[in-house]
Amino acid sequence: MEYVIEMRNIRKEFPGIVANDNVTLQVKKGEIHALLGENGAGKSTLMNVLFGLYQPEQGEIYVKGKPISITDPNVANRLGIGMVHQHFMLVENFTVTENIILGKEITTGGRVDLKKAAKEVKALSDRYGLSVDPNAKIENISVGMQQRVEILKTLYRGAEILIFDEPTAVLTPQEIHELMEIMKKLVAEGKSIILITHKLKEIMEACDRCTVIRRGRGIGTVDVAETNPDKLAAMMVGREVNFKVDKTKASPKQTVLKIEGLVVEDARKVPAVDGLNLEIKAGEILGIAGVDGNGQTELLEAITGLRKAVKGTVELNGKNITNHKPRRVTEAGLGHIPQDRHKHGLVLDFSIGTNMVLQTYYQQPYSKHKILKFPAIYDKANQLIKEFDVRTPSEHTLARALSGGNQQKAIIAREVDRSPDFLIAAQPTRGLDVGAIEFIHSKLIQERDKGKAVLLLSFELDEVMNVSDRIAVIYEGKIVAIVDPKETTEQELGLLMAGGKKQKAGDRSESR
Amino acid sequence: MNLVKGRLFHILVPVVSVLLGLLIGGIIMLVSNYNPVSAYAALIDGIFGNGYNLGETIRAASPLILSGLAVAFAFRTGLFNIGVEGQLLVGWLASVYVGIHFDLPKVIHLPFAILAGAAAGALWGVIPGILKAKFKVHEVITTIMMNYIALYATNGIIRAYMLAPGERTKDIKESASLASPWLQQITEFSRLHYGIVVAILAAVIMWFILWKTTTGYELRAVGFNQHASQYAGINVSKNIVLAMAISGAFAGAAGTMEGLGTYQYMTINNAFTGVGFDGIAVSLLGANGSVGIIIAALLFGGLKIGSLTMQSAAGVPTELVGIVIALIIFFVASSYLIRWLTNRFTKGGKI
Repeated sequence: MEYVIEMRNIRKEFPGIVANDNVTLQVKKGEIHALLGENGAGKSTLMNVLFGLYQPEQGEIYVKGKPISITDPNVANRLGIGMVHQHFMLVENFTVTENIILGKEITTGGRVDLKKAAKEVKALSDRYGLSVDPNAKIENISVGMQQRVEILKTLYRGAEILIFDEPTAVLTPQEIHELMEIMKKLVAEGKSIILITHKLKEIMEACDRCTVIRRGRGIGTVDVAETNPDKLAAMMVGREVNFKVDKTKASPKQTVLKIEGLVVEDARKVPAVDGLNLEIKAGEILGIAGVDGNGQTELLEAITGLRKAVKGTVELNGKNITNHKPRRVTEAGLGHIPQDRHKHGLVLDFSIGTNMVLQTYYQQPYSKHKILKFPAIYDKANQLIKEFDVRTPSEHTLARALSGGNQQKAIIAREVDRSPDFLIAAQPTRGLDVGAIEFIHSKLIQERDKGKAVLLLSFELDEVMNVSDRIAVIYEGKIVAIVDPKETTEQELGLLMAGGKKQKAGDRSESR
Repeated sequence: MNLVKGRLFHILVPVVSVLLGLLIGGIIMLVSNYNPVSAYAALIDGIFGNGYNLGETIRAASPLILSGLAVAFAFRTGLFNIGVEGQLLVGWLASVYVGIHFDLPKVIHLPFAILAGAAAGALWGVIPGILKAKFKVHEVITTIMMNYIALYATNGIIRAYMLAPGERTKDIKESASLASPWLQQITEFSRLHYGIVVAILAAVIMWFILWKTTTGYELRAVGFNQHASQYAGINVSKNIVLAMAISGAFAGAAGTMEGLGTYQYMTINNAFTGVGFDGIAVSLLGANGSVGIIIAALLFGGLKIGSLTMQSAAGVPTELVGIVIALIIFFVASSYLIRWLTNRFTKGGKI
């Protein structure tokens, strides 16, 4: 059997790190081949080698059986290798057609023939069932559509082998489903696909075979039909992974956070949180379920002091903290794992060590009389790096250089270490792999068992249902129901999140 | 290992830039029928050749160090202070005013005059800072505008209240002067003054504030990521204003180098002195670091002073040194090019 792509025993080193070590990847014609590995395992490095962005130190690459040296992306393009990047490379205020032909314009008499190009794009789109409007502007189409434009771009350049770099990270469940259909259609038409991912569900759903990389090393290739998610996860992480969250029954105690009649306006001065009431007790995890845009962000910003509340009160440990400055709220006993770790959680251009004291740098022992005490700062950083298994070359490494999972671990380490009575975890596992997710869930439960109150905001229903002790459903800025995760179903939650009424009688929401 | 490589690269870029700038400057001389060898020999002689030249080089470098620090400090906190020139002018005037109108013992009068200059510069920097923090007005625009206001305001004030014969103010009192007969004497009577001590002290202060204090931590955090700073409870607006104040203070102190050191008075300026704008180049070449800025300022000061000898001894116009300086800046700014060149070089060496 001849492979369209064969990468044999690839080794790629960076100063101080072996990113790929003896990795072999063999892709058959007409298959969807998954490349599975944790964040930072070396998937992207391997693909960048294939795409000609990096030169391997060892190993050979064969395309359609011929040994080839891919010195730069142009060579890869000529060989029919196309990449659909995770972060789209599109010109926002150009049309779909203009974006697709960029660099390969059809000209008649020196002028770009947009009509002809649009026709070609349309034909290509129809052939693979992409239903893209060639004349729409990029800024006006959805993220899912933009991704299809990226796919069209590679097809337009004659790609036979398409690399998808974590394509589902930015998509809604519906769009993910559609993408899977598109990928199946592409291989049916004779294309070959490499899908970079760490989501096992997608592999089971769409892929034919799967190659696993762990910490830069090739672990092996398996037929998807002959494996299951547990086995794949074990290959990826190197040990058995527990998908069910282990936890004992919660034993809630006194109320830690109490919100009454909270009204918060969004940037357009429309009430995003509209008379919200909520209580969270010590020793429980309260999950907030809701469709994005129902006031979750504004609620968290109001609690943490990042946004002013118009009306209502927020009490922490019986103390009114409504509209207090972020630092006073933090000092009153709040730990906050923010939704956007790059924007709010870290100063990416600071070292990981200095990021560890972002909330405490002004306190002893990290500073005295406004002079920073670096030995104390780095001692603390090293202790947290060890304790929370943050994988970093050293405490002096820039936060920017760490993988998403390790950045998140660093934030959690910083927030949990201060031992706050109330911990907000907003989408704590977004974009992370199973190993990191497991770790973070266990940390949240550990905090709960220490008697802390935890507020979990997540858009992954699985996560909310598995980790929470109580689930509060938010809809249009109000808590519309509080349910017990053991007694509810995804269907019921979905209905409540869409504004439907609770079906079962009784007002559990008031009884706790 | 990465760190070492990064640091090495930081040093490599300016060094290679300077060499390339001199090399291409030499080619331009050749094309223009000048002898680059004798020109550069004269230039080096003009910088180090005798005590006078060396003294003048250090004197010219002193305000450049301070204006470089001003630009670098703002840059490290995420701001572009293009208003160093204006802050320098108001600092110059304030220090001269204090130097003329107060009668104090030297130990008080001199520090007071320097601090007055720094305070005036700080004030001139705070105005754009507040506009930025409160109204999100971009500091590049406001600081440029503030330069013109400073130029014409200082001229107006001198003309209206402080005019002495010769389109300038009176001389400052001796008790406020940075001038040093001793330094003049050992440098064959150049205009070298104690300003260099002030400038080096300021470089140490900048390093200390930025890297050793909680204030510096906050300033840098705000410079890199305002959202994360706010989340961590840092007052973003306060830090923007503070950053501009400190930056302006360095610029104001640069003005005192001229007022209390080199000239002992202030002239009515027909145009900008250029020292403030040169600070941008110094800061860029010095990679925004204290040590780098001192070295870069000495280099630029040397090139400027040395070019005078180059003109008189080798007959090469001083403008050519201006071209060399511009080339150096060009190469530092396009450090990508140097990165590419060194990568090719090291790659070639390996294979």
